[in-house]
Amino acid sequence: MMPIIEVDQLVKCYRGAASNAVDGISFTVAPGEFFTLLGPNGAGKTTTISILTTTLAPTSGEVRVAGHDVARSASAVRRNLGIIFQQPSLDLNLSAEENIRFHAILYGLYPFRPTFSTMPRPYQHQVLELAAFLDLENDMSKKVRKFSGGMRRKLEIMRSLLHKPPILFLDEPTAGLDPVSRRNLWEYLRRVRNESGTTIFLTTHYLDEAEDADTICIIDRGRIVSYGSPQQVKAELVEHYLLIDAENRDQLRAELGRLRVEFVETPLFRIDLKERSVHQLIKAIETPLTLVNPHTPSLEDAYLEIVEHA
Amino acid sequence: MKEIYAIMTIAYRDLLKLLRDPARLISTFILPLLFITILGGSMQANIGNQLGYDYLAFVFTGVFAQTLFQSASMGIISLIDDRENDFSQEIFVSPISRYSIILGKITGETLVALTQGLGILVFGLVAGVSFSLVQLLTLAWVGVIVCLFAAAFGVIILSNLPTRRTADQVFPFIMLPQFFLAGVFNPIRVLPWYLDLLSRISPMRYAVDLTRGFFYLGRADYSKVVLQGPVLNLTIMTISFLAFLIIGTFLFVRSERNR
Repeated sequence: MMPIIEVDQLVKCYRGAASNAVDGISFTVAPGEFFTLLGPNGAGKTTTISILTTTLAPTSGEVRVAGHDVARSASAVRRNLGIIFQQPSLDLNLSAEENIRFHAILYGLYPFRPTFSTMPRPYQHQVLELAAFLDLENDMSKKVRKFSGGMRRKLEIMRSLLHKPPILFLDEPTAGLDPVSRRNLWEYLRRVRNESGTTIFLTTHYLDEAEDADTICIIDRGRIVSYGSPQQVKAELVEHYLLIDAENRDQLRAELGRLRVEFVETPLFRIDLKERSVHQLIKAIETPLTLVNPHTPSLEDAYLEIVEHA
Repeated sequence: MKEIYAIMTIAYRDLLKLLRDPARLISTFILPLLFITILGGSMQANIGNQLGYDYLAFVFTGVFAQTLFQSASMGIISLIDDRENDFSQEIFVSPISRYSIILGKITGETLVALTQGLGILVFGLVAGVSFSLVQLLTLAWVGVIVCLFAAAFGVIILSNLPTRRTADQVFPFIMLPQFFLAGVFNPIRVLPWYLDLLSRISPMRYAVDLTRGFFYLGRADYSKVVLQGPVLNLTIMTISFLAFLIIGTFLFVRSERNR
């Protein structure tokens, strides 16, 4: 299948900056995929999403979204996107429906009319239907200022779905949400995916939000650290090793040499497990051991290590 | 047609935002009110006779033009922080042309400024400025010209400012001196050569003088108040309007994505 997003050797250097904010990253996203760009603050996530959504020009590299080049046909790219920004993007003094209506007109879906009741019928239907889908049907005429953080996010989702975009971008959408709203948000996104097969491109710095993704791409300081399915990323990032020790270290050293097991003396014997299981290895060693300590960190530990580097 | 609907939407949103925010609406009226009633009233009472013209009407017309000018140009400059703010982020990622965004914003900020102008007309009446219905209608359409001119001035400033911080820093230098160089409250008929030069390069001067030119038309004190005829003012304003708008929009569209 043709990828819906193709990024090839993307570089962004801000004017006057000493180093590249995004430094030669490449990845692809298939239609219908749930793709997560994961990384600590300042890793280049928002820069990447800004380039993909055409609000920022790349320094070099190729980016195609929905088959269109972001630099040459920005307008065609925009038509295919729904975006939920890091900063809420609603007019607080306007009603929920007004926020929705202005979006619909800007995307060329309906003609301009000054009130809801003078808008075309199909628009009214669509709004009521989407509002019901997101449990907002009784709030559409209220000012957004009166909305809670969770409701505002829901309204933004509703708005971003109005023009039925094949791709939905979400830039750290759960920032500032309480746990219940956070869970609801994921629930709604799941329903959106099930009903319309929308491709989801998410940026986050929370690992747990990435675990449901089809693909995780971890970036740090503008470069890709790891890229693949959650299982692949885990296999790549997480180091499994075994620490062992013996009274007679010379004998152990000699035996490990005979068995062709590579090790590092720290001074404990550290053995990279790779494809071997702890069981196989221990069974093969004859030398009496005084210590056996397998090390299997979680993906969380591995990710935190990357974040702490930053 | 889609682009026209988009322009209407952007403009309508600006106006609606002003009307839905009473605190903002009231705060925009405070300075003009003080200028016209207190400054205008006190000067008129104390030195009005020596000036040889109606100082109250002088301040009223000056403040009318200045408020419209400032409101429209600052409204456009606000596009700079809008990129990261509220619904405007949404406008910037929508599939409409950047030119439509500028045109919608110019229309919107013109409507916003004219709403404020309406308030100033009321203050003028309350403070005791007398004008006829013809003068009132004249002020209305001259006001539209002033707003469009000021909005184009806003576009050229906007296109040269990288961030909101810079905008806040340079604002006192581009707006405040014009209050005095344009002769909003002070007569500028006679000026030292360097102030005269600065006055002639202040866009607000032409907006204020155009307003007075039409307001004082046919009055005895016309020649004491008006600096140059409306024809000259209109010519200068039309040429700079086109230059500001074309160059400014070009620079803005180019710089918007190349950060």
